[in-house]
Amino acid sequence: MHRIGVFVCWCGSNIAATVDVKKVAETLGKEPGVAFAMDYQYMCSEGGQGAIRSAIKDHALTGIVVAACSPRMHEPTFRKAAAAAGLNPFMVEVANIREQCSWIHRNKQDATEKAIILGRTAIAKVMLNTPLTAGESRVVKRALVIGGGIAGIQTALDVADAGFKVDIVERKPTIGGKMAQLDKTFPTLDCAACILTPKMVEAAQHENITIHTYSEVESVSGFVGDFKVKIRKKARCVDEVACTGCGDCMAKCPAKKAKSEFDQGLRNRSAIYIPFAQAIPNVPVIDRENCIKFQTGKCGVCEKICPSKAVHYDQEDTILEESYGAIVVATGFDTVSPEPYGEFRYEEYPDVITSLEFERLCNAAGPTGGHLVRPSDHKEPKRIVFVQCVGSRGSGECEKTYCSKICCMYTAKHAMLVREKYPDSEVYVFYIDVRTPGKAFDEFQRRAIEQYNVHYIKGMVGQVEKKGDMLLIQASDLLHDKQLHIEADMVVLATAVEPEKGARNLATMLTASMDTNDFFTEAHPKLRPVESPTAGVYLSGLCQGPKDIPETVAQAGAAASKVIGLLVKDKLITNPCIASPAEPMCNGCGLCENVCPYGAITYEVKEVHREGKRLSTRVAQVNEAVCQGCGACTVTCPSGVMDLWGFSTRQILAEVDAICR
Amino acid sequence: MPMTENDATTATKPLIVAFCCNWCSYAGADLAGTSRLDYPADVKIIRVPCSCRVNPLFVLRAFQRGADGVIIAGCHPGDCHYTTGNYYARRRMSMLFGMLDYLGIERDRTRVEWISAAEGAKFAATMRDFCSHVAQLGPKNNLGELR
Repeated sequence: MHRIGVFVCWCGSNIAATVDVKKVAETLGKEPGVAFAMDYQYMCSEGGQGAIRSAIKDHALTGIVVAACSPRMHEPTFRKAAAAAGLNPFMVEVANIREQCSWIHRNKQDATEKAIILGRTAIAKVMLNTPLTAGESRVVKRALVIGGGIAGIQTALDVADAGFKVDIVERKPTIGGKMAQLDKTFPTLDCAACILTPKMVEAAQHENITIHTYSEVESVSGFVGDFKVKIRKKARCVDEVACTGCGDCMAKCPAKKAKSEFDQGLRNRSAIYIPFAQAIPNVPVIDRENCIKFQTGKCGVCEKICPSKAVHYDQEDTILEESYGAIVVATGFDTVSPEPYGEFRYEEYPDVITSLEFERLCNAAGPTGGHLVRPSDHKEPKRIVFVQCVGSRGSGECEKTYCSKICCMYTAKHAMLVREKYPDSEVYVFYIDVRTPGKAFDEFQRRAIEQYNVHYIKGMVGQVEKKGDMLLIQASDLLHDKQLHIEADMVVLATAVEPEKGARNLATMLTASMDTNDFFTEAHPKLRPVESPTAGVYLSGLCQGPKDIPETVAQAGAAASKVIGLLVKDKLITNPCIASPAEPMCNGCGLCENVCPYGAITYEVKEVHREGKRLSTRVAQVNEAVCQGCGACTVTCPSGVMDLWGFSTRQILAEVDAICR
Repeated sequence: MPMTENDATTATKPLIVAFCCNWCSYAGADLAGTSRLDYPADVKIIRVPCSCRVNPLFVLRAFQRGADGVIIAGCHPGDCHYTTGNYYARRRMSMLFGMLDYLGIERDRTRVEWISAAEGAKFAATMRDFCSHVAQLGPKNNLGELR
């Protein structure tokens, strides 16, 4: 015998203004199986929850329906209230009469009718609910941080300081990321290396942190609390333990024509190389494509010269297998290539450079030792044109629709650096809008204009051409409605940021979701900004969206606190809404195993009763700890044996029937 | 009571069943709500964990019970919370839709849409569009009459 309780929430006036809540409660109270119905101003408040608890006890309710806001909002709240009154928390259904009714409909009669139907649908479903018990799973007290830039380093340090083991996996031969390439940082103009490298050292020396550089995540299985991750440690051809980082190999290496990735191709490096002097680990790696030994078989200088016999050409990739309780994605960003934006002739003219290249040219450890010169003839520039929003905020095929957020600030910084280095220079900045919200940011940009006399022009650059050894820039000045022709020594393009290329592949492995721009999506854009929708996977830094260093560090710390909050638990409660086969009817066909994305289904020979007979047959088994409850198997099962707790075939059909009644 | 073609209220008010996956489209519907983007009250949403939980038989059942249109909404291809669920849904529904033609149910009465949790506006626009299309087709009851 069903004794269902119905609780209709007013949500103040959010629901009550458009839905006749009294009528809804009254109508639903007359539905067969309903033993109690009420309405209340705020069901989620202590008073509302108290009313639910008392009604469950007083009316011996077997299930409840709360007609209120989205179940994504307060389902856990009402489940807890039910549990507190001794009702199984899975005997609760929520009818979404706010987001999917009162907030979208203007006509009170229509909205009230719809609210009644939604309530009726939830009643039909809850009558078929089964009490479910959540299981428990272990928590491996170790975290994996994917990406060793400032975001990954900060997250790892915070988690490690709390006493948990952390592994950092970094694809490049060193940690440090993009921040290591930068010269000065806005708005304080302190040098990036001075604030980053101590953190790199701290991470390397931390007893709880293990760093795997030149490594990539190969596969991820498992689930929150117990992820199984395979990490490919690519062959460096240099023994990390034996190498002392003396650098003799790099000095003697005859292949010196490879482009330095760290210096954005503005300098050459040897085939065996350490990306930059403060790299961690301070161990070289052999770039096989440029190594004479690997290409022709002849050479072997580095092996011969190495005093600690650390060079091994026959080294192979190794695969590490580790378990982690939590995974933090900190894969960072790249900048787009200006190549598709043909008007700038980036490919043709060496003096048209990107902002990141400009950073290297200004950097004291960069290819010119910090002496800002034109890449083509090494002359000091007298006039520089900066172009903002290259590839950002566009509608073209190769353009990003979003604002890259950091360009306005770093362009102001670049402009000031130029004016400081060369007080007689002229600096132009072409912008669409200047966006400088942030602490001390607007003041910083104003300083560029007011104290450094940087010429900010609202307009777009239409064309860059060569004129003698100069560049001729054709641009529009929108505020004065005129065309400009500027002769300049250099053009610097503030190219858009975009997520790291490999991030999508990683997202697939993690079953974490991404937006259309390949930024990882948060579990909730406002309330859960550092968690991915996949339990146990957290987001740190630019992989989630454009942001500057202070925001990245703040998010890294927030992600770390979420990881710590998970790792301090000894056990996790698992989702009981998982697939379950009616064993006696299963014929072991194997179709469900094929569609399961988690490999949660296996087959076992079991003794079952079928049609009055006892027989031994192959039947499907669901691993409760691995099943995530998507339901793919339930539809695939030709005999309808596989069902999903919480979303059973009968429940969904009852909902369809209730809607269509 | 079986509905008739002349029933004026059903002609303007189609009954639409929308199966929405919990992670993307149901959240997109919530976002449409929080953004106060209206769409017809004819749309009634059933929450499923993933679009791949929608059995083609659920769609047939809805038509059989008098629905005028059925829409299945899931995460964008490649964005499925369960990695591949929406691909299964797409394949199953395209098989089913082929058969619906054969059963005499117009193709326009069914739809599969990819609506992310961030696409509240798309959710509302899709539902408005779908409702008006189905309303133009008029009520559907040939399956219901076979019941």
